[in-house]
Amino acid sequence: MYKYIIRRVLVFIPMLFALTVIVFGLALLAPGDALTGQSLADPNVDPEVYEQQREALGLNDPIPVQYFRWISAAVQGDFGNSMVFNGRSVAELIEARFANTLYLGLFSLAITIIVAIPIGIYSARHPYSLLDYGATGFGFFGLSIPNFFFGLMAIYFLSIKLGWFPAQGTMSTPGLTGWEAFFNRLHHMFLPGITLGLAGTATYMRYMRSEVLDVLGSDYIRTARAKGMSERNVLYKHTLRNALIPIITLMGFEIGVLLSGAVITEQVFQYPGLGTLFLSSVTNRDYPVVMAIAMILGVLILIGNLLADIFYSIVDPRIRYD
Amino acid sequence: MTTKTDETIYNQPDKNNSMEKNKSPFQIAMHRFTRNKMAVISVFVLLAIIIICILAPVFTDINPEETNLLLIEKGPSEEHILGTNGLGQDNFSRLLYGGRISLIVGFSAMFFTLVIGVLLGSLAGYYGGKIDNIIMRATDIMLMLPFLVLVLTIMAIVDKVTIGLFVSIIALTSWPNLTRIIRGSYLSLREQEFILSAQAIGASDFRIIAKHFIPNAIGPIVVNATLMMATYIIIESALSFIGFGIPQPTPTWGNMISEAQNIRILRNNPEAWIPPGLGILITVLAINFIGDGLRDAFDPRSNQR
Repeated sequence: MYKYIIRRVLVFIPMLFALTVIVFGLALLAPGDALTGQSLADPNVDPEVYEQQREALGLNDPIPVQYFRWISAAVQGDFGNSMVFNGRSVAELIEARFANTLYLGLFSLAITIIVAIPIGIYSARHPYSLLDYGATGFGFFGLSIPNFFFGLMAIYFLSIKLGWFPAQGTMSTPGLTGWEAFFNRLHHMFLPGITLGLAGTATYMRYMRSEVLDVLGSDYIRTARAKGMSERNVLYKHTLRNALIPIITLMGFEIGVLLSGAVITEQVFQYPGLGTLFLSSVTNRDYPVVMAIAMILGVLILIGNLLADIFYSIVDPRIRYD
Repeated sequence: MTTKTDETIYNQPDKNNSMEKNKSPFQIAMHRFTRNKMAVISVFVLLAIIIICILAPVFTDINPEETNLLLIEKGPSEEHILGTNGLGQDNFSRLLYGGRISLIVGFSAMFFTLVIGVLLGSLAGYYGGKIDNIIMRATDIMLMLPFLVLVLTIMAIVDKVTIGLFVSIIALTSWPNLTRIIRGSYLSLREQEFILSAQAIGASDFRIIAKHFIPNAIGPIVVNATLMMATYIIIESALSFIGFGIPQPTPTWGNMISEAQNIRILRNNPEAWIPPGLGILITVLAINFIGDGLRDAFDPRSNQR
């Protein structure tokens, strides 16, 4: 097991390197000077001034040198300055948004788990019951509806027509503190949260159902029942412990889906997170910000996959990777 | 419990058995598919949507790209059943013609991903060794990049997004999953005797792949292709929604819904953005049901569920 974990961590390093090269390469392909935070050529400025500026900023250096300079700054959290937000540093911009996206992601994950796992277990214990069919139908619905359309419907019906939830932002009055602020935030996060969590809920529900069904059909469950174990213990001690393993692993792998979904969901609700920042930066061709966010999301996905693999190898000793 | 049902399935004298004996695995799967009610209904729903979109000129004679500055954000009227959008284009006409684009994009992106995926998956799974290693490392790298981030960054670099370019970008960024699945199903096939005997009688690699590998892996290929098409229709609409998909004036369901980013239209003109949303929902739902039906049909163990 330890050998596997070490090998898995070692694979992580070249993948991280590949990620940085790709992000850097994409920025190089982009028109304009992507790495400096300077805007495109202004016809009123003498081209020679630009040339001096480029020389001073090191844009005429060979590409590997530029890459090395960018990556060594990025490792220290310095992603340069934004071209659009008055040259504010990228790290500062991202810091302000990152927490919002994190809250939204955790909130929607919480909703997903609270809804999907109990329903999945019920469906598996009572297959072909009315609720099981309902859950299957809901699963298809959740996977088939584009989340932005669901979000717009939620705004239209629950926010505009019924006025139950706010449609935008993170807080209604900036000065709130303590519990008041917390509940105000939750209230604002509810619609984006269920919108972002819908597809995940459908996915986890289906997985949970099929995992529990698999475990319930296995020999050791029959043995547990045969020796007179109560149904409660069969469920909690044997079934769930085993059925949850793939679900937790799935969470590690689904982090990319969650983050991609967050980009779209944040746009629908004009929620001030990394997603809206990323989209506006792509639109404004603010490459330092685009690169930084692409790197952060890529690293999060890599770490998610790494943790999922490591977790799997720890909890399931049957797994041998050679 | 599982093992018991397993045995009964294989030992049970099935009344269809004598009939199925002479059929190919593909025909058996199709026969099983027709017993799945939801899947069969979905086939008809999907066909109906496709036919309506193809016959768009029959239902409306308004040009979906024609703008009319005198008719901006108008509600439904006799001439414009679903009203007009922010550029004064007719929503109903855009709904029908937009369906064409959304379906074409979904289908062709699926087709090209399939071509790349089958090609690379076949190379990796059949030859193994070094080729396999290179292809698999490439898929690892592609899979670790957040798909949306990658696509958006590319979209930011290119100047104007056309349908062809859009399809290429989708296909070139999303082949890894299929490649892995196809390679995976080849790995077990490669060890089987009939492959060895085909090689022994001197069949060419191409012939072995085309005649033996692909037909045996047809189940996962067809199922994944179907589900991919559903995903691509959603991706097209999502990207068009955030303004990185097929641009105006070409109508697509996604860029019709993106009108609702304007709070006025969202509030006052639900007839403008709900129909294309329902169009996507119904189409994707139908494709997913078909995909699910195909999965059950091709999977011999699926009877136990």
